[in-house]
Amino acid sequence: MENKDGVTIVVFSGDMDKVMAAFNIAVGAAAAGKETTMFFTFWGIKAIQKGNLTGRSFFGRMMGLLNRGGINRIGPSRFNFGGIGRWMFKQMMKMHNVTSLEELRKIAIDMGVKLVPCQMSMEVMEIGREDLIDEVAEPAGVATMLEAASRSAATLFI
Amino acid sequence: MAQEIKADVKLNLEGLLCPIPVVKVSQAMKNLPLGGILEATATDPGVLTDIPAWARSSGNELLSIERKDRVIIFTIKKTR
Repeated sequence: MENKDGVTIVVFSGDMDKVMAAFNIAVGAAAAGKETTMFFTFWGIKAIQKGNLTGRSFFGRMMGLLNRGGINRIGPSRFNFGGIGRWMFKQMMKMHNVTSLEELRKIAIDMGVKLVPCQMSMEVMEIGREDLIDEVAEPAGVATMLEAASRSAATLFI
Repeated sequence: MAQEIKADVKLNLEGLLCPIPVVKVSQAMKNLPLGGILEATATDPGVLTDIPAWARSSGNELLSIERKDRVIIFTIKKTR
């Protein structure tokens, strides 16, 4: 493998705080000129969804309703309190002039960070390509993730 | 430290927090020719350790970094 200097991040969590850490690291890596790839799997898919309702089957629709995606809809892993925590965090971030999660994601995209959705999670949760933001790469599986990892100096699972 | 370093581009990063200072620095460096010098001011104390780390991992040379009250001033030379 040519260079082993990249950064690969598996985003498994759909919690606002963990997703924020993931994007923060990705942006930092891209800023240092590293080839950066983020794989979104399971709950992590929520961070790259447009935010519309999803699902075809009964279970799929229920999941789409109770576990609705979209980067502005996800709440913190602690102190969410049915959305109040999320609102509070956003206010505090604004107060301290911290970049919003959506803006951070846009910066990552602009800097060339590759966002790869996990095909299997999409199938299970009945989330289609059209439910994801346009900027994501082709959905892929574990072999693609491992190939990126083999070209990376750091691989993180968040 | 007090010697004059002539900057080719100046950047104001005051009030910005991690990871934005590093992002803006890397973007500004892209537009500089090799050997070009960037000077920036920031207020996030994290910059004191983050900018030297960014310079090392991106392969650029940190010429100076110092704190004057609440403002941190640093200069980086593009070497890659």
